[in-house]
Amino acid sequence: MHVIIDYGMGNLASVERAFEKIGVDVKISSREEDLRSAKSLILPGVGAFRDAIRLLDESGLSNVIKEEVSKGKYLIGICLGMQLLYDKSYEYGEYEGLGLIKGDIEFLDVNLKVPHMGWNNLKFNKQDPILKYINEDEYVYFVHSYYAVSDNQELVAYSNYEKRVPAIVRKNNVYGIQFHPEKSGETGQNILKAYKEIIEN
Amino acid sequence: MLARRIIPCLDVRNGRVVKGKNFKDIQDVDDPARLGKYYSDSGADELVFYDITASNEERKASLEFVKKVANEINIPFSVGGGVSTIDDFKFILRSGADKVSVNSSAVRNPNLIKEAAERFGNQCVVLSIDAKKNEEGSWSVYVKGGREKTSLDAVEWAVKGVELGAGEIVVNSIDEDGMKNGYDLDLLKKITDAVNVPVIASGGAGKMEHFLEAVKYADADGILAASVFHFGEIKISDLKKYLKENGVEVRI
Repeated sequence: MHVIIDYGMGNLASVERAFEKIGVDVKISSREEDLRSAKSLILPGVGAFRDAIRLLDESGLSNVIKEEVSKGKYLIGICLGMQLLYDKSYEYGEYEGLGLIKGDIEFLDVNLKVPHMGWNNLKFNKQDPILKYINEDEYVYFVHSYYAVSDNQELVAYSNYEKRVPAIVRKNNVYGIQFHPEKSGETGQNILKAYKEIIEN
Repeated sequence: MLARRIIPCLDVRNGRVVKGKNFKDIQDVDDPARLGKYYSDSGADELVFYDITASNEERKASLEFVKKVANEINIPFSVGGGVSTIDDFKFILRSGADKVSVNSSAVRNPNLIKEAAERFGNQCVVLSIDAKKNEEGSWSVYVKGGREKTSLDAVEWAVKGVELGAGEIVVNSIDEDGMKNGYDLDLLKKITDAVNVPVIASGGAGKMEHFLEAVKYADADGILAASVFHFGEIKISDLKKYLKENGVEVRI
């Protein structure tokens, strides 16, 4: 069983459905024992970083996540969930993240329209099993105004939006996806299908 | 690069789609989820549902379709029509829609845009504007399904809406709607020049060239149409191929 972490941010049903459709046995939960016994963890999220990290910290789930990840358990952060994986965010202030990946979350300061909203094509930075069922330049659906800034050691795939926007990142057993795979049609489904093979191996 | 979005629009009344008849490959074309899935599989980038159910009491029941749509499709979709409170936003978003569009109610109570944006994020607040050219050569905002003229200027209202927190603007030309002569490009261009959020063209599509014009001339981020898709006059796959051949970035 894989657990979608419910910490009170947004509608988790579409993420749940996306995993169910590819045959991953998921459960939405905020209970520590569920996170501990889960085969892997899914951290979704829409909304503001500040509220999300506060809810995770206050519920004690931040520590549970960090401990489980340090034992080698797979974790995938989606959208805001990916941003939470980094050290720090500058969204409406300055907030500490989970610190599982080195780097900061900064405002996407470009001349193009912000939020970066819509379908953008993926460019591959390095090989990774999560890319198994998709090709470079397939489109995925983004909605965000902040993005990850780091030395890009963890960068698997990105999209160009004046800047290079990290789209899929990976550090060992921690994955992050900035776009919404659950809203990215067949491409999104194929990314999750590859991820399923990673977590079930 | 960001792709231009092709957006079929579906009108829903009492939970059923009010539509065209030329669907050969789906049964029950009146079902919003079925038709939504059909368009999603056909390459639509996003869907818009307008609930045109007459009374407020019936609308709540009608909106049950949103959950079914969310279950069927895996592309973004927005829901509008009769949205007038924060609770309406909450209900629709909780049911699985990605965006909510407001029109008349935002004219009556602009603060609704602000409150919704603060609560749910700018990205899910869409301001839909029905505009009609006036004698002064500018465009007036209409409400109540285009029946009632207001004192608002469409371009100024778009700018105000974005200031209040709207994350996207749908520009519907009352003059062009249903005429199949193309979008109101001058109005569109004025609005895309004036705001820094995505602008969706609506009203007037009759042939593929009209979609191209909306992008090339007016820089529309998305192009919305109803009847040309519903009646099978334009296939989304053909349209995207055509746009791509003409240098427009599209998701194929």
